[in-house]
Amino acid sequence: MSEPVRITYREAVKQAIREALQGDPRVFLMGEDVGRYGGCFAVSKGLLAEFGEQRIRDTPLSESAFVGAGIGAALGGLRPIVEVMTVNFSLLALDQIVNNAATLCHMSGGQFPVPLVIRMATGAGRQLAAQHSHSLEAWYAHVPGLRVVEPATIDDARGMLRAALACPDPVIVFEPISLYNMEGDLTAAASEVKLAGARVHRTGKDVTLVSYGASLWRCTAAADELATAGIEAEIIDLRSLRPLDDATILESVRRTRRAVVVDEGWRSGSLAAEIVTRIVEQAFYDLDAPVARVCTEEVPIPYPKHLEDAALPAAPRIVTAVKGLVGHGQ
Amino acid sequence: MASEFRLPALGADMDAGTIVAWQVAPGSRVKRGDVVAVVETDKGAIDVEIFEDGVVREIVVPVGQKVAVGTVLARLDAEGEAAGSAPAGPRAKVSPAARRRAHELGVEVESLQGSGADGAITLADVERAAGAAVASQAPALEEPATLAPQGAVSTTGVPADSRASMRAAIASAMSRSKREIPHYYLSTTVDVTTATEWLAAHNAAVPVTERLLFAALLVKALALTCRETPGFSGFHRDGRYEESPAVHVGVAVALRGGGLVAPAIMNTADQSLPALMTAMRELVARARAGRLRASELAAPTIVLTSLGEDSVDVVFPIIQPPQVAIVGAGTVVERPWVVEGKILPRQLVTLSLGADHRVTDGRLGAQFMSKLVRKLGDPATL
Repeated sequence: MSEPVRITYREAVKQAIREALQGDPRVFLMGEDVGRYGGCFAVSKGLLAEFGEQRIRDTPLSESAFVGAGIGAALGGLRPIVEVMTVNFSLLALDQIVNNAATLCHMSGGQFPVPLVIRMATGAGRQLAAQHSHSLEAWYAHVPGLRVVEPATIDDARGMLRAALACPDPVIVFEPISLYNMEGDLTAAASEVKLAGARVHRTGKDVTLVSYGASLWRCTAAADELATAGIEAEIIDLRSLRPLDDATILESVRRTRRAVVVDEGWRSGSLAAEIVTRIVEQAFYDLDAPVARVCTEEVPIPYPKHLEDAALPAAPRIVTAVKGLVGHGQ
Repeated sequence: MASEFRLPALGADMDAGTIVAWQVAPGSRVKRGDVVAVVETDKGAIDVEIFEDGVVREIVVPVGQKVAVGTVLARLDAEGEAAGSAPAGPRAKVSPAARRRAHELGVEVESLQGSGADGAITLADVERAAGAAVASQAPALEEPATLAPQGAVSTTGVPADSRASMRAAIASAMSRSKREIPHYYLSTTVDVTTATEWLAAHNAAVPVTERLLFAALLVKALALTCRETPGFSGFHRDGRYEESPAVHVGVAVALRGGGLVAPAIMNTADQSLPALMTAMRELVARARAGRLRASELAAPTIVLTSLGEDSVDVVFPIIQPPQVAIVGAGTVVERPWVVEGKILPRQLVTLSLGADHRVTDGRLGAQFMSKLVRKLGDPATL
């Protein structure tokens, strides 16, 4: 295979959509401003010219209506990719997603699967203020019938959409707003990306950092810092938020015996809470320290830069949490 | 209304007893008839029941102390009264992993010094203590200094605080061993002239770095013997003995400045003599530099404790729980010995076995020893 190519996360997502459109005539992209404007985050820029209005469809500003239309299209045999600008706006479509997309296959005894992909931007870090910056992944990860994924790497951004479209269940793909401009190597591995399963992003022996999305990179920064103090952190990129890959998490925690869950969601009722619970349920006797969490402060995400930064689970907070677990004995 | 729990007479002729274990702690709720302590008497260990309901306020007599019948062992508060009395002390912070490991290794975890966050006792603390706690306390064991290549040994040794905790851990494990394990001892003096001559011939033909020591022969012979004679290489836990599928012989290594560890040579029986020698040199060097792996410390299924140049004839070794046997070797010395009716100078060593009578009896122990002796007599097959 060829050498890695350096591209942005945005470009990786665009390539994935283009490949899907080229490879399967049932695939189309639908959402607010995805056509003429090129997408709120410029992900679909140029695709309208390339594929035409039939397949790159601008929708009215009604999340409930166009997500519902996507569900109908999926039921009718198409493979829609519905883009919702941010997870905050997706709340207008919660009824369609939770009551229809997630349930129809179940309620029809398997007769009507909903092979729908909904992409939505998530998270803070770009000063978009409280109504455009939240991380509500946990709400969707709560719902049986949905699959929820969040690519954090270039390879996953490039490869996960293919896996999502091949899945017969509705899949929510979260794209962290703060990662669109991130550059990285696109490798051959992108063509073999799976939808499910967590991945050990970095190996270490002293503590396991469990994370996903933009927080993965906060963890790598923290791990670099910890390494200078002689603490080797292992990092797990969850990738799939529903279902969660308990086996990978537990295998790591049983080895390192310490865990810190880093989650851009709010602490109360968070995915971090769920992961800590699973660790304690299944690996209690392997733990050498309490399990810790580093989450976003429980405030609506502030607009001012310094306050937004202070609210997020940044690397220094992760470092502090890890050092708090390790003690002087390491 | 507080009441006192006194040592009852557990038989007409009993006038004193030693507390072996407390089954309750301050704050424990007890009911009439609950077993609260195990007391060692002349007749053996006896479970002692309590006579009234209540909440334990205070343990007066600690484990290990011998007291007369009628002595106050603990004080109780009547149910519902406890809140008004002195609160129970906070539970020691012990991580779940550390607590489980301590149970496996027989380390009394509460006595350790925690190095974890908030002073918690961690897995590493337990394994450090367990590693320290192996082998006999009888004579100060000194591994032959020649086992370690010159210059490879850390001269700094272990820091003072970990030395103190190592001493505490040795004390804890050996006390438990002597309290719980009914040892029996066998020893036999062996003519190892054939083996030492074989070694001399072997060593003359190889470079200095590849020379074998007598200890390597012992380790290999012991591992092979364990494989042929079940009952000596394994663990006794929860009232049951389990033979270990693989034999990992632990080698007792005395540390500079005091203390002792017995890291395992993994799968000892399967290794060649040169490989064993290399492994031993390396273990000793790492043991003294304080760089053993936890798995090596926990793995031994039986221990060999070998007296080097200390002019000691016999070791009376103490088993490291939950193991069930330990083999000791005295110094190899040249002494008069009768061979085919003649008194000749021969190389002699006295081997001893300390074994757990719950698992094996003396006769099997004797068979074990005679197999070991036979193997040493034929070094070329090791």
